[in-house]
Amino acid sequence: MAELTSLTISDARDGLKKKSFSAAELADAHLAAMEKARALNAYVLETPERAHAMAKASDARIAAGKAGPLEGIPIAVKDMFCTEGVRSTAGSRILKNFIPAYESTVTANLWRDGAVMLGKTNNDEFAMGSSNETSHFGPVISPWRRKGANTPLVPGGSSGGSAAAVAANLALGATGTDTGGSIRQPAAFTGTVGMKPTYGRCSRWGIVAFASSLDQAGPFTRTVRDAAILLRAMSGHDPKDTTSVDRAVPNYEAAIGKSIKGMKIGIPKEYRLDGMPAEIETLWRRGADWLKAAGAEIIDVSLPHTKYALPAYYIVAPAEASSNLARYDGVRYGLRVAGRDITDMYQKTRAEGFGPEVRRRVMIGTYVLSAGYYDAYYLRAQKVRTLIKKDFEDCFNAGVHAMLTPATPSAAFGVGEKGQADPVEMYLNDVFTVTVNMAGLPGISVPAGLDGQGLPLGLQLIGRPFDEEMLFSLGEAIEQAAGRFIPQKWW
Amino acid sequence: MSVDADTVRRIAHLARIAVADDEVEHLRGEINAILAFVEQLSEVNVEGVEPMTSVMPMTMKKRADAVTDGGNADAVLRNAPATQDHFFLVPKVVE
Repeated sequence: MAELTSLTISDARDGLKKKSFSAAELADAHLAAMEKARALNAYVLETPERAHAMAKASDARIAAGKAGPLEGIPIAVKDMFCTEGVRSTAGSRILKNFIPAYESTVTANLWRDGAVMLGKTNNDEFAMGSSNETSHFGPVISPWRRKGANTPLVPGGSSGGSAAAVAANLALGATGTDTGGSIRQPAAFTGTVGMKPTYGRCSRWGIVAFASSLDQAGPFTRTVRDAAILLRAMSGHDPKDTTSVDRAVPNYEAAIGKSIKGMKIGIPKEYRLDGMPAEIETLWRRGADWLKAAGAEIIDVSLPHTKYALPAYYIVAPAEASSNLARYDGVRYGLRVAGRDITDMYQKTRAEGFGPEVRRRVMIGTYVLSAGYYDAYYLRAQKVRTLIKKDFEDCFNAGVHAMLTPATPSAAFGVGEKGQADPVEMYLNDVFTVTVNMAGLPGISVPAGLDGQGLPLGLQLIGRPFDEEMLFSLGEAIEQAAGRFIPQKWW
Repeated sequence: MSVDADTVRRIAHLARIAVADDEVEHLRGEINAILAFVEQLSEVNVEGVEPMTSVMPMTMKKRADAVTDGGNADAVLRNAPATQDHFFLVPKVVE
């Protein structure tokens, strides 16, 4: 039954409908593959009992002719999503034993549509990282390796477990969260499709908060069509999240295969970085050629404040994180470390409960919000953010339908290779993705080729607010031209 | 701008994170690396620019000020490290 794990969501949907296999068989095939792939450390919790029960219920609904849009589809859930009765840790020691009494809206939407939960996937602690190396549960190892080498590589982050699970056929799709690139960057590193929708498209309710004005949920899949299928189920208005948008969810799948003739695609010149590998430059040009061949019009555009997006992000995101993570105080849930008084208890709990990257970001955030520094750092960064968003608006108002950029400045790197001496080295991974979060726009990373060492590279498409459909149409055009990229199984 | 050791200790206290003396110097270096990186924002002319408050313009949703949930003390306390009779237990704060 090994081949059941290599299906796309749309193939599996057809197979289940035709009763070529059952939801129980599909779940079993995945659970067996997960067991054999533990060396990847993609899952921090496997939930076979839950998967069996959900698959059985799916088979009953299929038999009764009451199948939902995702009936029987096995999905992995990033451990940033709270799942009722199932341990949800955000990859942190401080939430190591946390069992939510509620279900996040996004995952509840998936189960409503019939999806089957396989387990919870590893991520950087509180989604703070670009390599999945800051997780309390240890790094995720990418299913990809450089040609002729067995150096363990990172899958990217923070949604590294979800990306690795989808790339290694350990789930047909997975949920991720993206605050500065945490879906699109790992998608690019693992040869998968990753979509961050417009801010407000998916409810943030029940997702462990990192930076509330930037966080959005989105899907990982192996094809663009599958991303459209999964996003439709995840999206929708939720009265429990005041930033959730009350706007109908389109049938995103209908955008697949739609003509892109005459669409104006912007190539932002500021994304051409000094010292960018020639392979990335070539990939980018090839992507533009593919879209042109499919009828799109390629035009050069300028987003003048691009270089300020990453520094502004490293003020705004830690500032919001320092506020959001204030709740971890050793009183209501999570780890408590005893102290001589309540302040000492707070301080010891947070010192032992948070890893180094989280402690660093909470401290930076505390500093930029503190009296005397607020205007110089936080207020200035929020003004720069307005300018970043305006850059995009100016282009869209001039008729540009979407932008094409590289997804990452390089292919995946080795475990332990980056950010040891200087945290900023790691932060630079998100240079192409972070602008999209700062402006609240939708972005998709689509696999577009392999580098000289045989590692996947992705292209990013950035769209107008709530025009995810355009990104699916364009993304599928790239996928058609580039083909799909599958890692050689070594685990 | 860069921070000195005393500032690192002050930030750590504000953030309620215990920092050992031998960690201060290392943290100071890392925080200063990040502050040096964000320093480039000072080049940007932000004269007359409104700070962003909401990335997608929308009217704040409101609901009636009514009790919509409750009576779940057991569920609320389920993950608490120390409880007694439906209360969270904390170290003594008033002498």
